[in-house]
Amino acid sequence: MAEPVLQIDNLVKTFGALRATDGVSIDLRPGEIHALIGPNGAGKSTLIHQICGTVRPDSGTIRFAGEDIGALNTAERAQKGLGRTFQVSSLAPEFSALRNVMLAVQAKQGSSFGFFKPVMQDRSLVDPAMAILERVGLADRARLPAAELSHGERRQLEIAMALALQSKAFLLDEPMAGMGPEGSKRLTGFLDALRREAPILLVEHDMDAVFALADRISVLVYGKVIATGTVDEIRSNPTVRTAYLGDHA
Amino acid sequence: MLTRENTVNLVLALLLLVAPLAANAFGQPFYVTLATRIAILALAALGLNLALGLGGLVSFGHAAFFGIGGYAAGILSSHALSYEPMMFGLPGTVQMPVIWIVAVIAAGLVALAIGAISLRTSGVYFIMITLAFAQMVYYFAISWPAYGGEDGLSILVRNQFPGTNTMKPLSFFLVCYGVLLAGIALFALIRASRFGAALQAARQNETRVATVGIHPYRIRLTGFVISAMITSLAGALYADLNRFVSPSMLSWHMSGELIVLIILGGTGRLFGPLAGAALYVAFEFALGGLTERWQFFLGLILLGVVLFARGGLLGLLAGKAKHG
Amino acid sequence: MTLALALEQLLNGIQLGVMLFLMAAGLTLIFGVMGLINLAHGSLYMVGAFACAAVAAWTGSFWLGLIASLACAAAAGAIVELAVIRRLYDRDHLDQVLATFALILIFSEGTRWLFGDFPLYLDIPALLQGVVTLPGDASYPVYRLAIIAVGALIALGLYLLIGKTRLGMRIRAGESDREMIGALGVDIRTLYTLVFALGSALAGLAGALVGALQSVQVGMGEPVLILAFVVIVIGGIGSIKGALYGALLVGVTDTLGRFLLPQLLALFVDPSQAGMIGGAMASMLIYVVMAVILAVKPRGLFPPAHA
Repeated sequence: MAEPVLQIDNLVKTFGALRATDGVSIDLRPGEIHALIGPNGAGKSTLIHQICGTVRPDSGTIRFAGEDIGALNTAERAQKGLGRTFQVSSLAPEFSALRNVMLAVQAKQGSSFGFFKPVMQDRSLVDPAMAILERVGLADRARLPAAELSHGERRQLEIAMALALQSKAFLLDEPMAGMGPEGSKRLTGFLDALRREAPILLVEHDMDAVFALADRISVLVYGKVIATGTVDEIRSNPTVRTAYLGDHA
Repeated sequence: MLTRENTVNLVLALLLLVAPLAANAFGQPFYVTLATRIAILALAALGLNLALGLGGLVSFGHAAFFGIGGYAAGILSSHALSYEPMMFGLPGTVQMPVIWIVAVIAAGLVALAIGAISLRTSGVYFIMITLAFAQMVYYFAISWPAYGGEDGLSILVRNQFPGTNTMKPLSFFLVCYGVLLAGIALFALIRASRFGAALQAARQNETRVATVGIHPYRIRLTGFVISAMITSLAGALYADLNRFVSPSMLSWHMSGELIVLIILGGTGRLFGPLAGAALYVAFEFALGGLTERWQFFLGLILLGVVLFARGGLLGLLAGKAKHG
Repeated sequence: MTLALALEQLLNGIQLGVMLFLMAAGLTLIFGVMGLINLAHGSLYMVGAFACAAVAAWTGSFWLGLIASLACAAAAGAIVELAVIRRLYDRDHLDQVLATFALILIFSEGTRWLFGDFPLYLDIPALLQGVVTLPGDASYPVYRLAIIAVGALIALGLYLLIGKTRLGMRIRAGESDREMIGALGVDIRTLYTLVFALGSALAGLAGALVGALQSVQVGMGEPVLILAFVVIVIGGIGSIKGALYGALLVGVTDTLGRFLLPQLLALFVDPSQAGMIGGAMASMLIYVVMAVILAVKPRGLFPPAHA
């Protein structure tokens, strides 16, 4: 089995008396979609924040592409190839979809300290950005300010930006949230194809999407991973059923 | 491309050139001086606009850089005219280009120091800290008696610019106008560049910038330093205009005024600072002629603009800004 | 350097600190509860001083003047809040800075219009004149001790108000979650006006008290305002405890710095130079202290815990 792209070992994070992350160990293997599910308040967001660098864990290690990234900040982790999307879309609202993706392309290319060449005339930025927008299906909305895009389109834009970074792994935080059935189906199809480019750690509530996409599922409850396994294993796991799935499975 | 905004910009630029030329032809040097004042304040505000309009950094301490530029002009000039060398035996100079380089470097270094600390904070903290640091520079200047202390420093003879006689109001105006145009061009270039994109993105959404792998702190610090350097250049010109360096150039009122100029004209707009400076100087002149209490009315107008006409003059004339 | 002199300077520092606390408490309360940065706070300080001086001159009583200063400053604050500040709560800080900067211009020029360009004078009331003897044979003005006492009382009063009353509870709740308390039925608008008026009254009181020590003139509030900003930045914006510690720290550091630095420097350079350089350094001292504190704790010493 190939080395995991993302390896989290015994991560612990307490906020006062609350153990938000209680010795979590999971990994993300090449080519897989690993879904992270759990009830609200289980600590999924905190976990994502620790992986991305916005929150420092109290103890434990995070290895990405074989390297310990614990000391790196968010920007540095992104440069290493960690691509993420946000639960609540986080974009540059005044910039058009195109400029948003161009920003990611620019970041990927290395230096943002270019002062004299206008970006809109820089084909090395515009062309790759348009290509990515085509791929996610936003090409005809490219010139609209991000603030004017619909909810679903903003989701697509976020993914486009993660794609532009040519990430080695994707951290997707509830990408299906707020999407209608049409949008969810399209996104599910998209993510299915995406896994071949880079593995995806998918935090989701939408069980249909999870069961359709996931190679493995980890269940997080009160900061602890209570089970990890394939879709079938998780669906038939009694502890999981009581803790979370209820009547879903 | 002749958009509405570009048309307005062109008109403003031409007006600022034509008016003093006409005034000079009609033998009214006072209005040439007024136009020069507009050009210089516009440049100072343009510098701030890089940090504030593009970067979203509400610096309430840019007067520090304005003053540093002014003192650079005053100190270098006084040493040159008195033939006394400065520290390290360096001679003074009356050549504007040299003074400008010194002003810009000095301000850049101070901005690096102030920015390095201030940019670790954000929001209200940043505003107050930049204010406090500018106060620090202000107190330093007024307590240093060698260069005038509270009374300020005179520039006995206006500094020189190669190829022209700066003592003539129109000639000096043209120098300032040229520098302003260069500043506007630089601003436009930076705004359209990769750096500008990163800076504006950092203003809109800092998290997003970090998430794509760009360090917001570094971008902002760079923007802050460049912004300080432009404002400092304006300060050097201002000192030469008045032939006097006043510590009030360092006061927080000045910092406030610079922000006012930007808001009056329209934040983040290319010609916003120019429009704002023109409006401000016009108010000062027109209202000041009517009453000594003109600042009362300025306050009311400013309040009105902030509450009701948020886009400033350019917002009114040219409609909503396009971002693309 | 005698004990008497040191004690006197220390007390002066505490007195300055107490004045700064009155200003800073209002500023930090307004920011903590309403999220508003208020540059016009110094103008309210000035309003209090002018009200006190005017009424004292008119009636002959400092005490009536003091009451007037509280009433006028609170009223001015309430009016400003209702007319202007209300519209700024949802705006960004830049707008708040500009609008309150505009208010400074309006207040300053308005005051000049009413009272002219010359300063007013306020006399220390008979009851508080004279000096008191301290250890080391120093004599210290009763008035300044009274100011320190007032400050301590106000600090205690604020502690009780915020910690033990229902109004205080609403204030603390407002600091944690503005939208929530509205949903819970607390009348936010009145609460905000009250908080603003309270902060203004404190500023006005400070102005009136200091007015008897220095003269009462337009613009007197501005240096104090900036120091108050330094205080709340050091203490943590939104924290009254921070405002108290910060104010005492700044007051004592500034006063002792001005006193000690020239003396210290006189050990190394000649006295006249030491005076000048020492003076310059002393003016910069608090800002240096602020920078050092911020380098280590970017949100101040006691930043409030909420987001």
